[in-house]
Amino acid sequence: MSTNTVKLKIDGVDVTAAEGTTILKAAKDVGIIIPTLCSLEGLTAYGGCRLCLVEVSGTPKLFPACTTPIGPGMDVTTQSDKLKEYRKIAVQLLLAERTHICSVCVADDHCELQAMANQLGVDHVMFERNWSREEIDSTHDFLVIDRNRCILCTRCIRVCDQIEGVHTLDLKLRGKDSQVIMDLDEKWGNSCSCTSCRKCAKVCPVGAIYVEGEPIEHTKKRDVAEFIVERRNRK
Amino acid sequence: MIKDDKRRAMLEKVLKEHDYQESALLEILHRAQEIYGYLDKELLMDISGSLNLPPSHVYGVVTFYSFFKLKKSGEHVVTGCLGTACYVNEVEQILEAIEQEFDLKRGGSTADGKLSLLLTRCIGACAMAPNIVVDYEVIGKATKELVIQKIKQALGGVKAETS
Amino acid sequence: MAQELEFQNAYKYRINVCCSSGCVPFGALKVLKAFEDAVKEFGVEKECKVARTGCIGTCSVGPAVLVEPGDYLYQSVTPERVREIVRDHIVLGLPVKDMLYERNAYFKKQHRLVLRNAGKIDPSRIQDYINMGGYGGLLKCLTDTPQAVINELIASGLRGRGGAGFPTGQKWSLVARAQNSPKYIVANLDEGDPGVFANRTLAEADPHAIIEGMLIAAYAIGAEKGYIYIRSEYPLAIQTLQKAIAQAKAMTLLGESILETPFKFDLELRFGAGAFVAGEETAILASVEGKRAMPRPRPPYPANSGLWQKPTLIQNVETLANIPLIIQNGGAWFAKTGTPKCTGTKCFSLTGKVNNPGLIEVPMGITLREVVFDVGGGVPDGKKFKAVLVGGPSGGCLPDTLLDIPIDYDSLVKVGAIMGSGGIVVLDEDSCMVDTARFFTEFCVDESCGKCTPCRAGLARLKDVFGKITNGAGEMSDITTLEKSSSFIRDGSLCGLGQTAPNPVITTLRYFKDEYIQHIVEKRCDAGKCFKSRGEEEIE
Repeated sequence: MSTNTVKLKIDGVDVTAAEGTTILKAAKDVGIIIPTLCSLEGLTAYGGCRLCLVEVSGTPKLFPACTTPIGPGMDVTTQSDKLKEYRKIAVQLLLAERTHICSVCVADDHCELQAMANQLGVDHVMFERNWSREEIDSTHDFLVIDRNRCILCTRCIRVCDQIEGVHTLDLKLRGKDSQVIMDLDEKWGNSCSCTSCRKCAKVCPVGAIYVEGEPIEHTKKRDVAEFIVERRNRK
Repeated sequence: MIKDDKRRAMLEKVLKEHDYQESALLEILHRAQEIYGYLDKELLMDISGSLNLPPSHVYGVVTFYSFFKLKKSGEHVVTGCLGTACYVNEVEQILEAIEQEFDLKRGGSTADGKLSLLLTRCIGACAMAPNIVVDYEVIGKATKELVIQKIKQALGGVKAETS
Repeated sequence: MAQELEFQNAYKYRINVCCSSGCVPFGALKVLKAFEDAVKEFGVEKECKVARTGCIGTCSVGPAVLVEPGDYLYQSVTPERVREIVRDHIVLGLPVKDMLYERNAYFKKQHRLVLRNAGKIDPSRIQDYINMGGYGGLLKCLTDTPQAVINELIASGLRGRGGAGFPTGQKWSLVARAQNSPKYIVANLDEGDPGVFANRTLAEADPHAIIEGMLIAAYAIGAEKGYIYIRSEYPLAIQTLQKAIAQAKAMTLLGESILETPFKFDLELRFGAGAFVAGEETAILASVEGKRAMPRPRPPYPANSGLWQKPTLIQNVETLANIPLIIQNGGAWFAKTGTPKCTGTKCFSLTGKVNNPGLIEVPMGITLREVVFDVGGGVPDGKKFKAVLVGGPSGGCLPDTLLDIPIDYDSLVKVGAIMGSGGIVVLDEDSCMVDTARFFTEFCVDESCGKCTPCRAGLARLKDVFGKITNGAGEMSDITTLEKSSSFIRDGSLCGLGQTAPNPVITTLRYFKDEYIQHIVEKRCDAGKCFKSRGEEEIE
């Protein structure tokens, strides 16, 4: 790997980081936390949730911090009225898209979407809620997927493919109809490739995938991917 | 349906032509649909095994693209064009009339499986809008009456002319 | 080749029957057969050549037949009247007046560069293309350095015709400079816009222009492999291209050591499968690789990391068809057409409520008014013009007051429209602008890949709001919701589909807000498109 470094400014702070580092990582290293949902260390970046959009001076375009590499002389703004407004809309859209009711959710108080809404000060949802009724699959011995709570971040799909290596999970259909599936859209209990490793449940930011009967704080170990990758890279 | 050896042999030939490369998935799905008419799960499992691709990946690809069909369609197929030009020229009224007349919903088939009503985003004959395709015949500057008459002809066993 | 010319010149007349997808459904093949029979019947087959050609451009009055010399254009030809044309026009030299297409401004204001051979040559014969000077650009560029070819492109000022208008020469330089290899070219023929058929027509009428353009590009950037990504819904274009590729291979214009030089280039077709988003440049790459056509964030740009992470040039086929002309005649010659910042011509599919719908090619800088009223012949049935939608389903709806803006990338973007893939739809007084915005929003909801929140969840909520307004349940606060979410979808979406999807909403809100208010406050739709179920109840 090249050891060239790049100098830039993030929220007025001078930052030096290795070439190829993402804006998200470079900011984190100097203590600036940019909001994210789909991003998870140890997995490839996805760029889907759009929470981590930042401004770069000199262009009207917004950039996802999780996938955009730093450039020399970049002047990045991670907080502005516009960005705050957009992040709030993004969270509201996710809340309105499917049926999120915190009081009956297994992940209540351990939910990244809920925490994000609190952190950003989302106090209402301006959209008509969709109240969709998606399929709940509890045919597996202990893993449950409740698609009503899914935000389509694809962390489960990525961890299944990139860390566990079996690629049981993927998306079917497209757009608003997209759903997480197992194999050829089988019931989880009938899956021929699932190793029941639970990593999907561990990394799920919400209560869409969970372990039946297990306290949620035991299940959710969202750093599992980062941990495994680190261990694997140890010489 | 895979047990049908002749068609399986044709599929094998296609797979071989593409050297069992995973990047040829779309091409293989196209040809498989030509051979079998639609793509059922047994067939998809076969293709996923042959290309060494995860089944969920194959299923994800098939359902992403609207051209691929997981189910058999009706004996006769009416396709309504939903392109902009057809929309501006009131194709909607014709579709509603077909739904009423033959008691089926767009995207579905009649109870006896004789007729399916499908939609497409554009057949590209925009200057003749609105367009309805009955089996293989494109009806340009279509009207309710004309289309219903053509469908009745097709259902009556009179085979639609293929131009 | 001399023999071929002699063979062509032996004919006194040439009857070109348009056999493109616009005319075939209406009996063009029967007309072709009837002409072949009739010239034999009258014993003129030695002096009159009957040829099947691509689109002549008058798609609303097909099947169209062009008789040369003299450019006599017959409209709505039926097999029954073919004998009459052969007898009177070919044998007696008297054109059949009542069937001739009136050559009004429809053709006068057009400028055919890309469609230079459309309707004139038989697309299934490579010789026809060569006789028109085809592959001359390739010959010329092979004697030049790749850098000189790129310089010519830069001088031409050509910009990508796929929609965004990125300068082509600059794009080629980027891919040429990329260090990694091998390099790839992907020709984009995934024309997913409903109501747009320019690329299909080009492929059906002049496939070799696309292939030659790709060859020149390959030579300039150092690529050895190319793909043409084409919609599977275009069977005739696929056939035509397959035949053209086989012919080019047979003449050593494709493959190893092209024209006995060290230059090699191989070309394959790849088929789309019904996904509008696959036209987006990173999604097309995923699709060529056999995956779900989900766009990915840029950077990295395809110029450095495209197909299988290798440097890739993605170019719309209309852009490619311009290339041979530029190389043959020079960049400076090309730059004379159009405007200084936006050179050349653009093909448009002109449809909707207009007298002469069809495929047109006009110089950049022509005004929308000229396109709608001169080339298009205005609105039929004495109705009033209301708006013109420019740029396909994610284009902008522009009112009468903006008809005098010139057509170029920058002017269109300024008023909220886009060049897109070149769809122009004319709307008359019977169109409801709220309903129109709803229609295009629904299209984009169906075609969203679902990867990013604004496009997937945002457009779906816009659709809900439109449902509310057009059902009589609208509130004034809905306008704010539409405005706020539209700007988030525009600024926050991952790819071009989402970024442009709210254009119809934004422009109708900007130019036709009173119609929204009328729907919300008075629950009234003057065009009679909305409140349908309500309306019926009232009548009963």
